[in-house]
Amino acid sequence: MTLGADILVQALEREGVEVVFAYPGGASMEMHQALTRSKIRTILPRHEQGEVFAAEGYARASGKAGVCLATSGPGATNLVTGIADAYMDSTPLVCITGQVKTDYIGKMAFQETDVLGLTLPIVKHSYLVMDVNDMARIVKEAFHIATTGRPGPVLIDIPKNIQQARTQPVFPTSVDLPGYRPFHKADPVAIQEVVGLISKSKRPMIYCGGGVISSNASQELLKFAEKTQIPVATTIMGCGGFPENHPLSLKWLGMHGTVYANYAVNEADLLLAIGVRFDDRVTGKVDKFAEHGTIVHIDIDPAEIGKNKPVALPILSDVKYALQKLNEVLASTDTKDHRARFADWHRQVEQWRKKYPLAWKENPRDPEEIQPQAAIRMLYELTKGEAIITTGVGQHQMWAGQFYDFKDPRTFLTSAGLGSMGFGYPAALGAKVACPHREVVDIDGDGSFLMNIQELATAYVEGIAAKAMVLNNRHLGMVVQWEDLMYKGNRAHTFLADPKHPDAEYPDLVQVAKGFRLPARKVSKKSELREAIQEMLDCKTAFVLDVRVPYTEHVLPMIPAGTSYKEIIIDRAPANRPASAPSDEL
Amino acid sequence: MQHRHTLSILVENKFGVLARIAGLFSGRGFNIDSLNVAPTKNPTFSRMTVVVKGDDRVLEQLTRQLDKLINVIEVEDFHPDEAVERELVLVKIKADSKTRSEAMQIVDIFRAKIVDIHEASMLVETTGNPRKLEAFLDLMNKFGILDMTRTGLVAMKRGQHNEKLKMKNEKL
Repeated sequence: MTLGADILVQALEREGVEVVFAYPGGASMEMHQALTRSKIRTILPRHEQGEVFAAEGYARASGKAGVCLATSGPGATNLVTGIADAYMDSTPLVCITGQVKTDYIGKMAFQETDVLGLTLPIVKHSYLVMDVNDMARIVKEAFHIATTGRPGPVLIDIPKNIQQARTQPVFPTSVDLPGYRPFHKADPVAIQEVVGLISKSKRPMIYCGGGVISSNASQELLKFAEKTQIPVATTIMGCGGFPENHPLSLKWLGMHGTVYANYAVNEADLLLAIGVRFDDRVTGKVDKFAEHGTIVHIDIDPAEIGKNKPVALPILSDVKYALQKLNEVLASTDTKDHRARFADWHRQVEQWRKKYPLAWKENPRDPEEIQPQAAIRMLYELTKGEAIITTGVGQHQMWAGQFYDFKDPRTFLTSAGLGSMGFGYPAALGAKVACPHREVVDIDGDGSFLMNIQELATAYVEGIAAKAMVLNNRHLGMVVQWEDLMYKGNRAHTFLADPKHPDAEYPDLVQVAKGFRLPARKVSKKSELREAIQEMLDCKTAFVLDVRVPYTEHVLPMIPAGTSYKEIIIDRAPANRPASAPSDEL
Repeated sequence: MQHRHTLSILVENKFGVLARIAGLFSGRGFNIDSLNVAPTKNPTFSRMTVVVKGDDRVLEQLTRQLDKLINVIEVEDFHPDEAVERELVLVKIKADSKTRSEAMQIVDIFRAKIVDIHEASMLVETTGNPRKLEAFLDLMNKFGILDMTRTGLVAMKRGQHNEKLKMKNEKL
């Protein structure tokens, strides 16, 4: 007879789990005891939000499900932001929570919370284990659901007495879920139709996203784009899904995407939308988005088809499968004329690219001032574009997307859908655990970094050499930018340093890192930047690089929320724009 | 366009299913007008009938999200013309020796049934489509309705079973 907690751990082993991120408590310690009897590596974070973000970083870097474990009550509620984050960005997670004993449930017992009820709208599925005999089956189902179809988080809530019950486990080898049909394959007629549409188009564009990465379809996409000579713009979730140093790449589109990607997608006569969901940060005013184009939408999630934008040709399919079939058909199709046929279009796109490159301005009055964009570009050069980059949320996140060119999938890990500040550093820990031989750098903001700064302890104790490059402008930069644009620069609680001593460097990140026994350095002069970044990269342990940058920079280009690409702000000239009323758009 | 929709939802008979389904409606600010749930021939499945008013496009997307729930096997959105819709109502009305016979006549006309009777009241059961029930309740109102409870709508598609459906029904 086996203990419930051991059955759980054995079931995890059978799913190939190598690492769990877990913070113990009264209702989960039985499972921690079981983990000490397993070869699974247990990483002890310093906050449950850190653990769930780390599990996300692990999942997104590795493609496998990330696993985290927390206790009941506050442990479980601390997971909620990460679960919502994984739901929005379709990240496969299995989140396990301890629960009070079954006969205490619903009685406001100590550290009791209905985590199943709390997370209902933000999980792909969830379980409350009420019988130890269900444990092995539920774990099997949870991993199947989390990782197939459109991936997402699955929660398993396990009362303490179930962890402590004993039974003879039966580990199933297959799942029986009559209501779950995640496998969709493109209809061959639709595939032919796409090829037909391409052959008739003059200005085709590919707009692709996280679905390409989730379905491991980057190679197929590259082949498809090269064969057809169609330019590619990704979403920010799709960064790395197509090599950004490829001549057909227009980097990413949307609110802070490149001008040329936004122009090209909106001026296209054929838009192939692949593994995307027409998010408002991508489309702006959605009825104006790609209004001249015939839209083909390939996605695995039936609920995404036609959700935000009616499309001419919806194709319900795994993205990899659809691209493989397209490539098969194209292999026997003569596409030699594509280059000639799209020549005008390519010329137009190149004109936009030349006219509106991503750029930043030096400060003419202070040549030693470090522009945040310059720091990211230098990191890109020094890592040869081969690092895995994570970010927090805000200006630094957009700049990281703009000024680091991503060549490979699973190298840009950012909280895109939910926009959770504090994601960057714990996600970097998870990514470094998944890919110990790769350089992993969290490009963070001072606000975001502070939100999960306790994870420096995890980095030190567990020996995880994830680097943090903090672009420290002592402000909540993105909100400051919106204050400048919409509230005449009135600062409403966006200053993050010490208002009593506004010029003081507060908090002192180098001192903080020292407290965690980690090396750190501050850099505020451009002449020292290269050497400082190199010192960070050369360090064999985790490292905090505090890069002092001005708070006055704006992320550009910018398509203000709820407007169309034609209203894109390219240069910073707020004085020339009417001081608009506070926007009702988010 | 706002319309009334009758959704027939086949679900696994497990705890939490109702909460998952109700959550998709409430999260969008939809009020469920009526709801009926009971097991099918196979007790591991239940059939749920939900009546809801809402924008057609929003409801279409909602239907797809319902279908995505792991415990949901199938969702159908019935057009009123293609489905038989029925509801059962129990109504307790005031009826003493003076009004009882008139009430009984109306009960008769509507092919309703008296299931309990006392000196000053009687309990009537009737089934029918929503329109019939409204008409009946209007007339009952004249006597004074003391209490009432309704099952909510149940619905089934008219016409011949297709093969796929037949196979499924055998399983259920």
